[in-house]
Amino acid sequence: MKNRSLVSINDFSKEEILKIVELAAKFEENPNQDLLKNKVVASLFFEPSTRTRLSFETAINRLGGRVVGFTDASSSSTTKGETLKDTIKMISNYADLIVMRHPLEGSARYASEQSGVPIVNAGDGANQHPTQTMLDLYSIQKTQGTLENLNIFMVGDLKYGRTVHSLLQAMAHFNPVFNFISPEELRIPDEYKYWLDSKGIQYYEHSEFTDIISRADILYMTRVQRERFADPIEYEKVKNVYILKNSMLENTKDNLRILHPLPRVNEISTDVDANPKAYYFEQAENGVYARMAIMSSILGVV
Amino acid sequence: MSKKKELSVNAIKEGTVIDHIPASYLFKVISILGLDHCENLITFGTNLGSNRYGKKAIIKVADKFFEDEDLNRIALIAPEARLNIIRDYEVVEKKEVIVPQEIIGIAKCFNPKCITNNEEITTKFNLVNSNVLALKCHYCEKITTEEHLVIL
Repeated sequence: MKNRSLVSINDFSKEEILKIVELAAKFEENPNQDLLKNKVVASLFFEPSTRTRLSFETAINRLGGRVVGFTDASSSSTTKGETLKDTIKMISNYADLIVMRHPLEGSARYASEQSGVPIVNAGDGANQHPTQTMLDLYSIQKTQGTLENLNIFMVGDLKYGRTVHSLLQAMAHFNPVFNFISPEELRIPDEYKYWLDSKGIQYYEHSEFTDIISRADILYMTRVQRERFADPIEYEKVKNVYILKNSMLENTKDNLRILHPLPRVNEISTDVDANPKAYYFEQAENGVYARMAIMSSILGVV
Repeated sequence: MSKKKELSVNAIKEGTVIDHIPASYLFKVISILGLDHCENLITFGTNLGSNRYGKKAIIKVADKFFEDEDLNRIALIAPEARLNIIRDYEVVEKKEVIVPQEIIGIAKCFNPKCITNNEEITTKFNLVNSNVLALKCHYCEKITTEEHLVIL
């Protein structure tokens, strides 16, 4: 991994994923280490994302590194018409590593080709967000004790949700069974189904959110967004169908944990928060350890 | 009616004939192969009748023999192109074009939010195995299929 960019979750092999997960656990045990002392990390957020940025910057600070950068494009020279290429060429002369969030898809791959230092993709439009996937994997490993042979339910917007697509690609290394629950309009795209078929991975599609979740080890909830629907009536019809309520968790497995990439709107009722099976806030905390593991591996200090 | 068919485009002694190019893509093919900067004798005909499809074009380049790699670059726009290698007025070899595994700088990514449609970047795709022509963008990872394919 040393000196390699992380643009897409597919850039990591199964062994590398397991290594990051293992390392994240070590950082959780001992979060304050000076491994990035005398290192400068550029944090370039061409669109605002407070949660992701703070998670990265916390990770860098806990490792004793320093951060330079900007929090949205209006405070960068992009507003003066500078190309992404020029911005990256310049900043890669200053920093040891670049963390980049950008609204355009493919921007991270392009930046990694222009940069003299590794790029960590912190989200490129609707395309990839690999550090989110790594924290999801770490959360699954931590709560289940394994990544192998799990029954994973994904609920909500399975069409546009990039976290869903990246997670299913990464989990495919570990012989899972997938259950996809979504409205007709937001079903998992065919290309992912063909891909799962080619890997021989079992999956089932459902349009109703019922007691089938009693078989789940992981329930991965996502937000159904109004702007995804061409017809507002269709949104009104489905918006309250894919809501998880505490009462629905009665007959679920003891090891079940509920994950959500956050922010949540109303798809998980607040009465679920107190249930020990709710894991989404801890999941967010795991992001700091996963990002510490990723950055220190890429910088070759572990 | 004379049995001897008149050639629409004069024969060449040595070189390469590229036949069955869709007429609308003639000039694109010329540009992809760099023939617009080529010093050799080039003759071409277009809007010729074709049994395969409406109208075809043909290019004859004297004293030039292309690498397969270069010729395959036209496969996206002229998948049915037939190549005849000519030596002393005789066809000594016939070839077809194959869509290459990696396509650089010919097609446009159909995703408007792709970085290649927003900044000056040479596009790059990988051919995806499927029944229809499908290209996966090296940058945004979205798949452009034949129906959405736009040639740059």
